[in-house]
Amino acid sequence: MYTQALNATDSQIQPVEDMSQAAAFQARIDAEERIEANDWMPETYRRTLARQISQHAHSEIVGMLPEGNWITRAPSLRRKAALLAKVQDECGHGLYLYAAAETLGISREQFFGQLLSGNAKYSSIFNYPATTWADIGAIGWLVDGAAIMNQIPLCRCSYGPYARAMIRVCKEESFHQRQGFEIMVTLSRGTGEQKAMAQDALNRWWWPCLMMFGPPDTVSEHSDASMAWKIKRFSNDELRQKFVDATVPQAQHLGLMLPDPDLRFDEASGHWLYGEIDWNEFKQVLAGNGPCNRDRLAARRKAHAEGAWVRDAAAAHALKQMRAAV
Amino acid sequence: MMENKMMPLWEVFIRSRNGLAHKHVGSLHATDSKMAVQAARDVYTRRGEGLSIWVVPSAAIVASDPSDKAMMFEPAESKVYRHPTFYEVPDEIGHM
Repeated sequence: MYTQALNATDSQIQPVEDMSQAAAFQARIDAEERIEANDWMPETYRRTLARQISQHAHSEIVGMLPEGNWITRAPSLRRKAALLAKVQDECGHGLYLYAAAETLGISREQFFGQLLSGNAKYSSIFNYPATTWADIGAIGWLVDGAAIMNQIPLCRCSYGPYARAMIRVCKEESFHQRQGFEIMVTLSRGTGEQKAMAQDALNRWWWPCLMMFGPPDTVSEHSDASMAWKIKRFSNDELRQKFVDATVPQAQHLGLMLPDPDLRFDEASGHWLYGEIDWNEFKQVLAGNGPCNRDRLAARRKAHAEGAWVRDAAAAHALKQMRAAV
Repeated sequence: MMENKMMPLWEVFIRSRNGLAHKHVGSLHATDSKMAVQAARDVYTRRGEGLSIWVVPSAAIVASDPSDKAMMFEPAESKVYRHPTFYEVPDEIGHM
């Protein structure tokens, strides 16, 4: 569900490659051909994708944590079943994405290792806590809404396995946003206390959601190559603006206030202009200093360690079967 | 972390309804065929996508080499006489 700021091109090392091969590759991209796993590709293309897809996969897996915490606390069986299905979807999305990333020649165990060692990034949004039930509504409505804005163009990404995974993800994702919005509708039409909960959740999630689209275009130095390779189709600011324009009328419908005193409709451009984003907060969260960074990694490490016996038992069983078959 | 040799990759094929062929939908890791079928059900058929699942160890698939693409498939491109539109049928005959 969640890519963000992960679409940075890996440009540290530029290996020497056959220029005619590189030109032929770019020509295929320009002709809107899809690149498949065994096709020749520049090393930087491979590395950029391996990083972006695996970090996207990590985001799905870590993204289960803030919501999973509310499954046993959901206010009704209907809400519980829906949340359980949503969290199960995130797990499935993680698996589609790891499988797509593996086609680039790196194993899933290696990607897990990068996440668990703290070397790999995942979406900054999951380093914020879900403190009330209204947060489950806000996450579905806003976080999934922002993710959909990011992900729909990725369905046309030049790398075939990633594009195909994203098509599956996007198909399943729209239920997530709708279930979140429905929770917000219910709360905002409820008691004064419930409406206050909805407003509080919106206040806390709005700005971090705008940050999900990554740094502003003026400082986003890496997107040019990703654009040329058609991994990325729209700039961070373009996607952020689309999200704001789509979300403002929804907030108005809910009768909630977006926590931005500078927000105003610009007649000339037809867009909602928003206030200054606190990029320092974004940097801090990416650097590991968000409210929940340590909790999230600790939870993943614990789950991985506690699942070891299951993996070992399954492997032992498979080995026993193989020996019996000989 | 090294790749777990006991958790190999499987390719998943789903028949969406009777009358249609099984179609490749993706891949997954599993220790054995039984786990692969169960995982395929959970990962790839959560919304009624299929009535039948095939799983095949990825290592069992033999693929053509992408660099042989021209040699392999060019002959199919250049033989226009393999297509019905190559042949002229008098107008008065109508549809054939």
